[in-house]
Amino acid sequence: METKIKTDFDKTFKNYSSNDEIGFKKNNLENFIKNGFPGRKLENWKFSDLNQIINKNIGELNFYIDPSKENLIENALIVKNFDHNKIIFINGKVEEIDFSFEDKDKVIILKELDISTKIESKNSLLNLNNAFCRNFYKITISKNYNMNKPLIIYHVSTNNISSTTLNSQLNFILEENSSLKIVDIYEEKSEKNFINTFYNFTVKENAILKNFKIDKSQNSNIKYSYNNIDQSKNSVSETFILSNGSKFLKNEINCNLNGQYSSAFINGVFSLNSDKHHEIRTSVNHLVENTKSYQLIKSVLDDKSRSVYQGKIYVSPDAQKTDGYQLSKCILLDKNTEFNAKPELEIYADDVKCSHGSASGSLNENSIFYLRSRGLNYEQAKKLLISGFFLDVIEKITDEEIKNFVKKTMELNQ
Amino acid sequence: MDEKNLDIIKDYKYGFSTDIENIKAPKGLSEEVIKFISNIKKEPQWLLDWRLKAYKRLKVLEEPNWQKPKYPKINYQDLYYYSAPKNFSEKPKKLEDLDPKLLETYKKLGIPLDEQKRLNGIAVDAVFDSVSVATTFKDTLTKHGIIFCSISEAVQKHPDLVKKYLGTVIPITDHYFATLNSAVFTDGSFVYIPEGVRCPMELSTYFRINASDTGQFERTLIIADKGSYVSYLEGCTAPMRDENQLHAANVELIALDDAEIKYSTVQNWYPGDKDGKGGIYNFVTKRGLCKGNNSKISWTQVETGSAITWKYPSCILKGDNSIGEFYSIAITNNHQKADTGTKMIHLGKNTKSKIISKGISAGLSDMTYRGLVDISPNAENSNNYTQCDSLLMGNKCGAHTIPYIKNKNSNSNIAHEATTSKISEDQLHYCQQRGLNQEEAVGLIVNGFCKEVLQQLPMEFAVEAQKLVGISLEGSVG
Repeated sequence: METKIKTDFDKTFKNYSSNDEIGFKKNNLENFIKNGFPGRKLENWKFSDLNQIINKNIGELNFYIDPSKENLIENALIVKNFDHNKIIFINGKVEEIDFSFEDKDKVIILKELDISTKIESKNSLLNLNNAFCRNFYKITISKNYNMNKPLIIYHVSTNNISSTTLNSQLNFILEENSSLKIVDIYEEKSEKNFINTFYNFTVKENAILKNFKIDKSQNSNIKYSYNNIDQSKNSVSETFILSNGSKFLKNEINCNLNGQYSSAFINGVFSLNSDKHHEIRTSVNHLVENTKSYQLIKSVLDDKSRSVYQGKIYVSPDAQKTDGYQLSKCILLDKNTEFNAKPELEIYADDVKCSHGSASGSLNENSIFYLRSRGLNYEQAKKLLISGFFLDVIEKITDEEIKNFVKKTMELNQ
Repeated sequence: MDEKNLDIIKDYKYGFSTDIENIKAPKGLSEEVIKFISNIKKEPQWLLDWRLKAYKRLKVLEEPNWQKPKYPKINYQDLYYYSAPKNFSEKPKKLEDLDPKLLETYKKLGIPLDEQKRLNGIAVDAVFDSVSVATTFKDTLTKHGIIFCSISEAVQKHPDLVKKYLGTVIPITDHYFATLNSAVFTDGSFVYIPEGVRCPMELSTYFRINASDTGQFERTLIIADKGSYVSYLEGCTAPMRDENQLHAANVELIALDDAEIKYSTVQNWYPGDKDGKGGIYNFVTKRGLCKGNNSKISWTQVETGSAITWKYPSCILKGDNSIGEFYSIAITNNHQKADTGTKMIHLGKNTKSKIISKGISAGLSDMTYRGLVDISPNAENSNNYTQCDSLLMGNKCGAHTIPYIKNKNSNSNIAHEATTSKISEDQLHYCQQRGLNQEEAVGLIVNGFCKEVLQQLPMEFAVEAQKLVGISLEGSVG
């Protein structure tokens, strides 16, 4: 892989101008080459051996995509009857940025790499992303500005690529008192690629960030998505993950609560069938006093699917009065399904309230019996119970419009 | 050392050491030392071969390093692997024949052999360093056909049983410390309960680490044959000392059809002084195999001692309808560190397991619960319930919970819950209002917190354990 990745790198960036950036990229490339794709020997990848998954499903990977190729945006992909701003990625490249619903001077888009804010990371997939991401964008929401409409980020891949890594990243700054709602929609026309997405959020005082990740379209891609969220005083972040369509998907959320009274909410739903393998790994770091986090993850598994939840609440010695909560639940519908969980608490402060729970098992026989005795057949009863199970999480979404959108996408009737 | 001096070093109640001349193997770990141990214990060839096989594997194994409490590297060549009280070769028949100094030590520890055996009905197999010194109540046990002796004696007298079961639960191909034990184990207990026998008394062993620089490598093997029942108690105290001492024991339990084993531990080894100097490294491998259908293994532990406790008493639920239980209280204070928990491996159908773990950390200590619940695809209708609660006292300690949950069977249920909190001001206030001082109030609340586990201990042990919980937390409040 080493020679291949190096030639692909040189091919991709032969006309690259900025020396700073190319140095940064080369460092990252070297780190990636050194560590490679993560495998089960790493604690964070214990339940999902990415290295093996890539070898089994893709084999040899390409790192080069012809940059000159213009991709047409298919109108059919765009969500209808829903006013929104857009960013459209096609094959990892930004093709359109449209903030037409907002004041022009309030949303500042810079095409730059802010190397100083880059996280030094041991995460080799971030290294890969940094090395191969073709354009870096920094999007700043100005002070006291609330976005009129949500932003939908479309991740589109076309059917003419395969066995390729697609790397994209965005850097968001939410200034004081601002708010931003992001919906991520994956529209995959391609098969067997490794798609690597990285978002960095800086959420300043009193700002509110909401991120909804919708992975619905059925595809055979291997995907990794990483969100890093840094929060200041009084800020709120809400993340919702719908994990459904891809062959493999791992969502990682790393959230640093740096300011007092900041809070983080992470909710997720796995709805898997065939032999899909999905994971959510969260790491919420309570670093100062009076912070709060809440996590609720539910999964329903069918066929040979497998879901993994690794959640960590870290409470530093200074973070007194922390309130942390984690709950993961799973219904296994088929004999061959597997649910793995590692809900972790690492606590160094004493005046805290932290708890976690995890439960997994089959559909409740009594509930089925109850519904059947009222005239539903088995399939109906099962469907009703599962939608009720999911709605528990969906109802936690604080934005009405998006909540309804998610319900519609998941075909959950009220 | 008289009683007055003892009071002065009150910090560690059982911190004293007796001067008994020891027979020692040469320092270090080598084939010669293993042969020396085997030879002095007059072991048969198969056991020596087994030890050497373990040693061969040990040489290619690496010491694990994933645990939370880190410790300075142990120089395995600087330890003695065998030491025994000198007058062992002519084993005493009566208590009076024992070394008076030994008897004195037991007296200080509160186990007067002659008194206790009559009052409590407990057969005490006291291990002083590595060799069993006296075994009591042998007659009653013999009447029921129960074998309760040191493992070296069992090797001589019941080689078939030992050969059949030794290493079947913890094979020599296991992890580093278990393999080390297999290579150099010196002594320990052997229990065999024949078919259909309910052991009429609690079997108990008091371990005591004595000789300086001696790593203790006990090996305990308990076999409960079909339809039998045994309750086994293990309690530990150790003298005060400066260097860290390694303790890597292996405990294997085997329960056949319809048998039940209850294994209780009160561990109060020297935890090091207030600055974290000295103390025992307690790296013990305990594993039970529910081999037969309808069998049950239950672990209860109260861990208050040791500088580092690193152990996971586990159950392999192989037989259908078998049950595994784990009840634990772990208390760390000052610089103590603990990384403990359990593994419940469900292999058979309709297997059940229950985990209740209570962790209390105070001072500058660090406590981790780490546990695994693994339900394999064939373990239909299995159930697990896990509850881990942690209590933090002071803002310089840590409490961590790391459960691994693997459910591979759709007809099985796993439920896990964990909480971390501190003693609430309200509870303290309530108790103090009723005339308790702060320390007493904390003691009362902590005992309430631990009650679920303490209840599982046999009577005599429960009282001792309750006291220990109080002693361990002295000075941690205010």
